[in-house]
Amino acid sequence: MKKILLASAALVLIAGAAVAQDKTKACFVYVGPIGDGGWTFQHHQGLLAVEAAYGDKVETAFQENVPEGADAERVLTQMALSGCDIIFTTSFGYMDATNAVAAKFPDVKFEHATGFKRDAPNVSTYNARFYEGRAVIGTIAGRMTKSNKIGYIASFPIPEVIQGINASFIHAKKVNPDVTISVVWAYTWFDPAKEADAAKALIEQGVDVILAHTDSTAPLAEAAKTPGIIGFGQASDMAAYKPSPRVSSIIDNWAPYYVKRVGAVMDGTWAQQDSWEGIASGEVEIGEITEAVPAEVKAEADALAASIADGSYHPFTGPLNKQDGSAWLADGVVANDGELAGMGFYVEGVTGDIPK
Amino acid sequence: MDLGGINPVVLIASLMVASVPILLAAIGELVVEKAGVLNVGVEGMMIMGAICGFIAAVSTGSPVLGFVGGATGGAALSFVFAVLTQGLLANQVATGLALTLFGLGLSSLMGQGYNGIKPPLTEAVPFGPLSDIPVLGVILFSHDWVVYFSIAIIAAVWWVLKYARTGLILRAVGENHDAAHALGYKVGRVRLMAILFGGAMAGMGGAYISLIRVPQWTDGITAGAGWIALAIVVFASWKPWRVLIGGYLFGGISVLQLNLQASGSRIPVEYLSMSPYLITILVLVIMSSGKGRASLNAPAALGQNFHASR
Repeated sequence: MKKILLASAALVLIAGAAVAQDKTKACFVYVGPIGDGGWTFQHHQGLLAVEAAYGDKVETAFQENVPEGADAERVLTQMALSGCDIIFTTSFGYMDATNAVAAKFPDVKFEHATGFKRDAPNVSTYNARFYEGRAVIGTIAGRMTKSNKIGYIASFPIPEVIQGINASFIHAKKVNPDVTISVVWAYTWFDPAKEADAAKALIEQGVDVILAHTDSTAPLAEAAKTPGIIGFGQASDMAAYKPSPRVSSIIDNWAPYYVKRVGAVMDGTWAQQDSWEGIASGEVEIGEITEAVPAEVKAEADALAASIADGSYHPFTGPLNKQDGSAWLADGVVANDGELAGMGFYVEGVTGDIPK
Repeated sequence: MDLGGINPVVLIASLMVASVPILLAAIGELVVEKAGVLNVGVEGMMIMGAICGFIAAVSTGSPVLGFVGGATGGAALSFVFAVLTQGLLANQVATGLALTLFGLGLSSLMGQGYNGIKPPLTEAVPFGPLSDIPVLGVILFSHDWVVYFSIAIIAAVWWVLKYARTGLILRAVGENHDAAHALGYKVGRVRLMAILFGGAMAGMGGAYISLIRVPQWTDGITAGAGWIALAIVVFASWKPWRVLIGGYLFGGISVLQLNLQASGSRIPVEYLSMSPYLITILVLVIMSSGKGRASLNAPAALGQNFHASR
């Protein structure tokens, strides 16, 4: 029995290697199902773009619903053994697993989304400046709220999410000084039942604009049950909920990056890097602002997005204080990337504590 | 009327909605256990109900048919359990556990391609001016039909078990199947009916999650509700109205913890998230400790297989 297993394993390896010689194999690890309509859906669009760009020269593989943790390491090892040339791990929680497996397979390229660890030379990280999009929808939220309460369904207390909360709040407050923000920590990226419950609790607390940092469309489905509640598409356009409750969206467009990096593997120019692109390069897009938003608010949001894109405005520009009132950025000073990537505090005016 | 930023009227209204799935599953399981069968596969039957109901509702466009589909799906899976335990006399606990694992896997397979689809909406029952009554209107007259159905079915089960001949036979089978058999009752048939009823109720509970509460399909959507339903049957010491209390207690704490978070409570999130489960455990410990009547009230033949030749 053992012999048969070994023999078949060897066969798989040989077959994998044989394929790898003429085709480049790009593999993707997803945290949710490709039909989530949000985060994973967008990464899968990137995979499809790679297939469209290179046709027969590329082979792709993906695995959905891979839990963050020990299982991820098993899946990654399996992928590396099956002849993948480049593996994209598309969630923050795969960070340690990615680096651990990368150390064992120096010939395979690894690309980890939203992380910061690059322990081996074959690990790159890539991220998008989601906070730029948050600034735009925060502006819309501040203008649109009638109860002056906006809600934020947060996933995990990591810098990316805290940037999102801060950027949304700063820009909502800028256009509406009375606004307050309620944060609910869901401790999941994808759990529609939990996300719906969180949205419901926020609505019961008088919140009328819901921003979500989780991956499913459930918060919008919950918002749709109550008239007057609006929300935003997260990660994907979520156009099924137009024109309301979904009044706009932050779209993650990974396709150009994936096509570029798979191409780099093909022509042998792949090198370790840390990529962090935003609205300017098209990696973060603002979805159509619907007619549920007044024209002047739409114009204001569009103008803000344009100023971020041309570099004339940065969402974290002083004067800004930390939550405890101590000074963070002086007037006109812009936060640097290192500070943002490690952000672990709320700005002044956000209530509650960040869970440890 | 506000308590620390939380409106108790809205809270009661939403806990009634939040507890419907566990109420339905628990009242079904109560009937099953009253017949002397321990089916721990509630979670599996719920999730089968969730996906079958979702598929039925999406393909027919009718939420009511969705619930029929959910009940059918749950009952179909419970029929497998009935064949194994009543026909082939397999161990009930092991079969029930296998049923849960099987249900989770099968539902995931059936659900391929149903991610991210919107099911048809179930509207609240139109009560007209009644729903405008302050306080009571929101609590009593603002729900969809399944909320009222869940309470009605509890009343019906209570009445049948207490006053109807059917209930008497069911209890006889659950307390002493040999005696019931000697009296000429068909033990196997009665138990089969009870198991199918339990499956159908669990299936409807699951369908409520995927059709109304979330409303979406995703793998593992029931997220352990079936296990809570099992605990609530013990908590209720096999009495129908106490199932309602247990369900509302659990649902209430689940809703309250999210509301506390949203209203900016200073209690750490982790404690709030674990509180519903913690309180379920605590209540179970209190119920079954000492010389409480809970342990004495269990059906005497619970979990024992029956064969006429014995």
